[in-house]
Amino acid sequence: MRRNGKGASFLSTKESKKSKSKPSASNGKPTRKELEQLVEDLRWMYRIREFEDQSMRAFRNGLAGGYLHVYTGMEAVAIGWIGEKREDDPVIAAYRDHAYPMLMGVSPYEVMCEIMGRRDGTSKGKGGSMHLYSAEKHFFGGWGIVGGHTAMGAGLAFAIKYRGEDRVALCFYGDGAANAGIVYEAMNMASLWDLPVVFLIENNQVAMGTRLEYHAADPELHKRAVGFGIEHERVDGMDVIQVRKDAARILDYVRKNQRPYVVEVMTYRFAGHGAADHDQSLYRSKEEVEQAKKRDPILLLSQYLLKHGAIEESDLEQMQKEAEKEMAEVYEKASAAPKPDPHEVYEDVYTDMQPEEGH
Amino acid sequence: MAELAYREALRRALIEEMDRDENVFLMGEDIGRYQGTFRVTAGLFEKYGARRVVDTPISEPGIVGISTGAALMGLRPVVEMMTMSFSILALDQIINHAAKVRYMSGGQFSVPLVIRGPGGAANQLSAQHSHSMEGWYAHVPGLKVVAPSTPSDAYGMLKTAIRDDNPVIFTENPGLYGIKGEVDDDEFLVPFGKAVVRREGTDLSLVAYSRMVHVCLEAAERLDKEDGVSVEVVDVRSLVPMDTDTIFASVRKTHRAVVVYEDWKSGGFGAEICTRIQESCFDDLDAPVGRVGGLNVPMPYARNLELQCIPNADDVVEKSRQTLQGVI
Ligand SMILES: Cc1ncc(C[n+]2csc(CCOP(=O)(O)OP(=O)(O)O)c2C)c(N)n1
Ligand SMILES: [Mg+2]
Repeated sequence: MRRNGKGASFLSTKESKKSKSKPSASNGKPTRKELEQLVEDLRWMYRIREFEDQSMRAFRNGLAGGYLHVYTGMEAVAIGWIGEKREDDPVIAAYRDHAYPMLMGVSPYEVMCEIMGRRDGTSKGKGGSMHLYSAEKHFFGGWGIVGGHTAMGAGLAFAIKYRGEDRVALCFYGDGAANAGIVYEAMNMASLWDLPVVFLIENNQVAMGTRLEYHAADPELHKRAVGFGIEHERVDGMDVIQVRKDAARILDYVRKNQRPYVVEVMTYRFAGHGAADHDQSLYRSKEEVEQAKKRDPILLLSQYLLKHGAIEESDLEQMQKEAEKEMAEVYEKASAAPKPDPHEVYEDVYTDMQPEEGH
Repeated sequence: MAELAYREALRRALIEEMDRDENVFLMGEDIGRYQGTFRVTAGLFEKYGARRVVDTPISEPGIVGISTGAALMGLRPVVEMMTMSFSILALDQIINHAAKVRYMSGGQFSVPLVIRGPGGAANQLSAQHSHSMEGWYAHVPGLKVVAPSTPSDAYGMLKTAIRDDNPVIFTENPGLYGIKGEVDDDEFLVPFGKAVVRREGTDLSLVAYSRMVHVCLEAAERLDKEDGVSVEVVDVRSLVPMDTDTIFASVRKTHRAVVVYEDWKSGGFGAEICTRIQESCFDDLDAPVGRVGGLNVPMPYARNLELQCIPNADDVVEKSRQTLQGVI
């Protein structure tokens, strides 16, 4: 019986060997430019993690409310994929969305303001943690209905193809979202119409409190592409070097062939589902989390960079400190930012009119 | 008499009905091993096992469709929607399928299905997670719709819902789960289609359901203290079927009414109640029927804006004062 609820097999490093990309650069000699890029990636990992710690602090201190989901542990996925995509390749994602817009050029201050419901936020305080958007940076949100955004992901690609543009749409969604019917309507049409979209499953093995083996009839979610004739594979999402390789290869494939792609990126969330996840022991053991942390993307990357002499131990501490300081300042500044004015409640419901006012 | 929280009262009803009838089973997201998002099903997976407490994938249309199929076969599914906002995904299964088969089959089939879960705003859940759905469902012939406001009603009406042979939309409210109230230790049912007067008064009738009943009680208290006005509060609690007799009797006594609901004001269920009062009590009214509803905007995230959107006691007091001044 496969539903044994035992420690998840994905945690083994073997997963990445399934990748069709050449094995991780850990074997070959990286160029100086590659190393510089990876140092930048490491800096980003610290920044995102610190940002998420500050967002959790905002929640604990009552400065943020509702549902707040942090990306801690999954950083390599967004860093790798957004790092390899072109600037104008559009991205759409679910509600665990703090990292993407920042990696795409939105300032941490604006994101934190949104999380705190401030007027300087990406959505002027009306969206919140789950609903970040940046039209300017090609980030299309930020969606809270599980799976709901995946058809729009294909729709972004539809527009790209319609206009004959050289762009690829990137649609991030979770393992839990992979069970929403709309995903398969989207895949069918994406394949039928040759849409340049990457369906990117961030498989962190759990949907809220329900483990992969209890929610998916076949836990290898990428195989669901078979029925639609879409290329598909499962790859590692913890080693950013490998993630970049896979991302570059797959994005290139989609661009050249004008075909959709389904990629299942194996990752793990170190934090609870949301800020209010009261009891993680209901769905996983401490040991499982400890095991996963052995492949913490920060750990993997820093070991690699140390080995290749790109950084020294003291640099790690330095980067961590800088990120801490930066994000603590972001927190302070955002918490002092103004709240929306009452009249703003009626703005942006329509493009050209306001709804009737009052209770 | 035990004092139970609303969520505990619901849980007690589930347990009693599952013990009473082997055909009753539960289905929903994170209701079993994870104990339920709002803890209504806490401990039930351990008690009844995976056969009767079914953890599902995130597949709302599938969950409702499978439950409807099982109900056609004579089982009695109780589906939990993690929030009623997610039932929007299942609208087709609910409206086009579950609500129609009785009629389309000329009475051959029935769907003894309960869909329950929190409806309405909580605390900064933002635009996609804050919908009040009862008005949408009350519009559909073939569905019964209830919205209890107290632990005792939550218990008694959930039992009635489970025993009902029709699809029932049972809407709770995130703000109600923690409220406590007396629930009789002896088993009892609360029938559908019976409104209840929560507070007696002579000058004005406030008509509401679900959490807004509590907002009205607060407003009534204030109107009494600050204005010396005697306010009656009617808890509709069952929208379909609706007990208009109790509502009309109250209005005929006080000659003034304000209807209060959390849903968007425009086209919400409160508008239906207003119309019924107007149609049947026109000669008894000393002022136009007042109405307080949610602002007609998607729910904003910022707490200050969100609070602005949800009707509160201030809004009800203000509208009540206008209605009390209004003379035809
Ligand atoms: C349609 C719908 N059903 C249920 C939910 C409640 N919900 C929010 S997140 C979540 C789990 C999703 O898991 P997954 O897709 O794996 O993403 P992850 O949180 O792991 O990143 C659930 C059930 C929702 N938001 N939308
Ligand atoms: Mg997941």
